[in-house]
Amino acid sequence: MTKALGLLVALFALWLALSGYFKAFLLAVGFLSCLFTVFLARRMKLLDDEAVPLQLRLTLPLYWSWLGGEIFKSAWAVSKIILSRNIALSQQLIAVESPLKTDMGHVIFANSITLTPGTVTVEAAPGKFLVHALTDEAAGAEAFGEMARRVAAVETR
Amino acid sequence: MYMFLAITAALFVSVALVLVRLFAGPTLYDRVLAVNTFGTLTVLILSALGFVTERPDFLDIAMLYALVNFVGTIAILKFFRYRSFGRLRPEPEER
Amino acid sequence: MDPVLVDLARNIATAIAFIVGGGFILVGSLGLIRLPDVWSRIHAAGIIDTIGAELILIGMMFQTGLTQTTLKLALIGLFLFITGPTATHAVANASFIAGIRPDRLKRNESEAVLGEDTPEEMKA
Repeated sequence: MTKALGLLVALFALWLALSGYFKAFLLAVGFLSCLFTVFLARRMKLLDDEAVPLQLRLTLPLYWSWLGGEIFKSAWAVSKIILSRNIALSQQLIAVESPLKTDMGHVIFANSITLTPGTVTVEAAPGKFLVHALTDEAAGAEAFGEMARRVAAVETR
Repeated sequence: MYMFLAITAALFVSVALVLVRLFAGPTLYDRVLAVNTFGTLTVLILSALGFVTERPDFLDIAMLYALVNFVGTIAILKFFRYRSFGRLRPEPEER
Repeated sequence: MDPVLVDLARNIATAIAFIVGGGFILVGSLGLIRLPDVWSRIHAAGIIDTIGAELILIGMMFQTGLTQTTLKLALIGLFLFITGPTATHAVANASFIAGIRPDRLKRNESEAVLGEDTPEEMKA
């Protein structure tokens, strides 16, 4: 029930943001279509932790801003490699342990690894990821540990 | 105004470079990667052109393009992996 | 606050975001051409998809102030932020399954993760 309500609020907020009309008739029609969508999602049994991630902490934007800084740093490192005269790569496929508990946590962790240039998640197994790293610095274990700790802080309330 | 023209020019240069990779290949995955990047750049060009022509409606098109581009990339990769859009996983004996 | 000053500050913020973001996009597309194989090119595309695109969208947001247009730009940014890594992962995973090996692989721990499911071509 909380999930349905959360989805309804999110859908209506999206509808408002995209339409920008505030006439009573249009608002009512928009609200009805959101209600119908929630009904359909409920019938399809889509209202789980994946579709409506209400279990995440509200500090998620803070995590994103930290991630933004990390992305900038590693993008800078990869840019230097691209612009150097002789491209010196040491490509490697490394195993990264994922200490997270929920599926959503795993997804956020894997996506964060992919988002930082220099590392890409290639394959997933229970509790582990196969990560392709461009250089030795990108493959350093301490960066992944820090990221996993921060994801663990936002994954459940 | 001039800022938006400048960024549009930079994006077009970037698109030209991506197109070189798209036609040069050599593997299928290079091309899919180039198409995906091309789509991201198209989204940015569309939004920049919305500012240049002062018609914010372009942003709606850009948003749709972002979503369609993602679905298209996934669909292409899924098709070349399973040779079909419908099946979720390969049958066990085929692996 | 003096409106002229606010306008100037906005323009400077946009200019900085555009220069840095545009620079990253140009470097990323140069990398798409210069880097030797698919696996390294994925990282160059990652630069364009994440920091380049987001910085340019943020630069546009400085120009619009607090309007509906800003919301739309933020939504585009959010979509790219979520779909970008997923598409990148899909390309990496597909080329892994297809058995394309990175050039001069230094360390290969695929068997530690996948065990018996490791594709023949990727075994160390």
